Amino acid sequence: MSNAAQEFLRRAVEKSGDETHRKIIRFNMDQYDAAFGRGHSRFADWDAARERCQQIKWDAVNHLDRYLVEFETRVKERGGHVFWAENSEEARKYVCDLAVARGVKKVVKSKSMVTEEVFLTPAMEKLGMEVFETDLGEYIVQLRQEPPYHIVTPAMHLNRGQIRDLFKEKLAGPDTEDPPELVAVARRTLRKAFFSAEMGISGANFLVADAGMVAITTNEGNGRLCTSIPKIHVVMTGIEKVVPRLQDLATLWPVLATSGTGQPITCYNTLIGGPRRDGEVDGPEEFHVVLVDNGRSELLADAEQREVLHCIRCGACLNACPVFRAVGGHTYGTIYPGPIGSVLTPHLRGLNEFQHLSFASSLCGGCTEVCPVKIDLHHHLLHNRRNAIGAGTHPGKERRGMRLFRWMMMDGGRFRVLGGLARTAIRLAHGIGLAGTALDPLRPWTRRRAPMPIPSTSFRSLWRKTNGLR
Amino acid sequence: MAARVSLFIPCFIDQLQPQVAVDVVRVLRRLGYEVDFPAEQTCCGQPAFNMGYWDEARPLAERFVRLFGSAECVVSPSGSCTTMVRTFYPQLLAGHALYDQAVGLGKRVFEFSEFLVRVAKKVDVGAEFPHKVTFHDACHALRELHLKDEPRELLRHVRGLELVEMPHSEECCGFGGGFAVKFDMISASMGEGKVMNIEASGAEVVTSVDGSCLMHIEGMLRRNQARARTMHLASILAQEAK
Repeated sequence: MSNAAQEFLRRAVEKSGDETHRKIIRFNMDQYDAAFGRGHSRFADWDAARERCQQIKWDAVNHLDRYLVEFETRVKERGGHVFWAENSEEARKYVCDLAVARGVKKVVKSKSMVTEEVFLTPAMEKLGMEVFETDLGEYIVQLRQEPPYHIVTPAMHLNRGQIRDLFKEKLAGPDTEDPPELVAVARRTLRKAFFSAEMGISGANFLVADAGMVAITTNEGNGRLCTSIPKIHVVMTGIEKVVPRLQDLATLWPVLATSGTGQPITCYNTLIGGPRRDGEVDGPEEFHVVLVDNGRSELLADAEQREVLHCIRCGACLNACPVFRAVGGHTYGTIYPGPIGSVLTPHLRGLNEFQHLSFASSLCGGCTEVCPVKIDLHHHLLHNRRNAIGAGTHPGKERRGMRLFRWMMMDGGRFRVLGGLARTAIRLAHGIGLAGTALDPLRPWTRRRAPMPIPSTSFRSLWRKTNGLR
Repeated sequence: MAARVSLFIPCFIDQLQPQVAVDVVRVLRRLGYEVDFPAEQTCCGQPAFNMGYWDEARPLAERFVRLFGSAECVVSPSGSCTTMVRTFYPQLLAGHALYDQAVGLGKRVFEFSEFLVRVAKKVDVGAEFPHKVTFHDACHALRELHLKDEPRELLRHVRGLELVEMPHSEECCGFGGGFAVKFDMISASMGEGKVMNIEASGAEVVTSVDGSCLMHIEGMLRRNQARARTMHLASILAQEAK
């Protein structure tokens, strides 16, 4: 078992029994469910909107070469820079080198999962720069020195009391759970950072090819401050974020907002096409876009799972996932938790190390049902499982067990006799009081469930004995 | 309407819940069907398939397709095993000589409630069960076979039965096959959520179209000293007026 798998199991045991965690997540998810319910009923035809988004992303992902170059050309025409990073290291190095060359001391960041993916913040901090997350949820988890719990709502696992305590300790905040007052505390600190930072870093929700613009969506307006006040703006994003046309946003924006938070549209939707031009009053002097591959091209080559690149990072599959709710975002030990993370991470960070996540699912399909770009998520978990077994990641004992299972099931008579023997043995064990104890032959089942009565006969035997139950 | 149906009894129902299969036979015969049980049947291969062992599952799928190949209509008291045949055999047998036969068979295999409502066009099977009952949406039946109203329609026509909805009836109970033992802590945590929702409904009986979910739910209900008990839909529909 990989280290990541052991760590996952350890945390899963801890979190799945944690009543406080369960209550907070249930409360927040119920809020989301209600908002999402209201949100999608605003669409005349929600499924048609999903299908449209799926088509847009299919077109984009299957013609990445064309759309990315189109995007790059337009950005460069306006004086922006585009850097193609093959992996995390190249992405980090480009931004760090740029920051060092420009003498950057302070950096403000708008929410970006790709910067988490390439571990950008720790690299910049190591160079002595001060990095501020400016999305409130991200800022909270940064103060707690934690990774984001959820890709859209990073501090979903905390209640107001915990945030009050955190702000009291780290920001000398007041003794109140009143959300506006708590927000005001964060705002005071972050406003100073916005106006003194030399570099702003953002992600991108979409890269619009025909317009050559970056589309950023936030609810707090922090995205606009990060991208317009500091003299350098760096966008870091994955290559799969490109969409063909500006008009595609007419569907993608409301669908993303609805799936993400239940809103009709996110509060601030910004399109940025390059650095400040002559005659413009604001905007950065320098504009850089870092297009991160980091395993995505390999996923693109996988015809079976290519559509995983359709993901618009709305977080709906995390909210719908009963496993996510049980174990929480941090248990996964991945940048992207929940169903999309379980499908994607083996491609980004290695099948051996992260295949266990594809097995940690009841395959209920709740994720696929809500995905706004219709990724067949739970079936991709099955594909990952098959790939893992094919790559020999599981112990020989399990493989031998499966061979035995197949051998037993290849013959009706064999199954009847062996099934009967197994039931008799279990009934004997239960007869002497072993049911539910550590010596129960059904221990893996009864460790967490009441034992079940084992019938003395099978249906096939009944059918045989009674000549078809007559 | 087919007058003759072949039973596909999932291996775990055969071994652990034989009464469910007996009840399926009773209901089908009451409706005038001639019921056949191909005795050579074993397992559809789903446990191996779901755990990633497609090479072990494939011979079982081939065997199943050959065994039921000539059946006109196959009925199974499991949404999950029906899904294995209808949805996953075509994936498992892609490019295989039996592919076309598997796809054809998938269209002739029906989950029990699906068969009654969509094929036999019967919503009243003449059952009586004077109890408060709630229905758990089994994931495969709901999301792969799109059976939401069929089982409820059957329950609504049972004499004396009061159907109550639990909160989040579509939320997975946490069974999930091998997942239930490999990740038993997650499975149990999900099961506890299901128990709370069942309790909130005030039902005496929780029913579903998958015996595997019910086996897990029963274990969780008893472990948590909850009042409700589980019964397969077929067993409720088999109850006759006294």
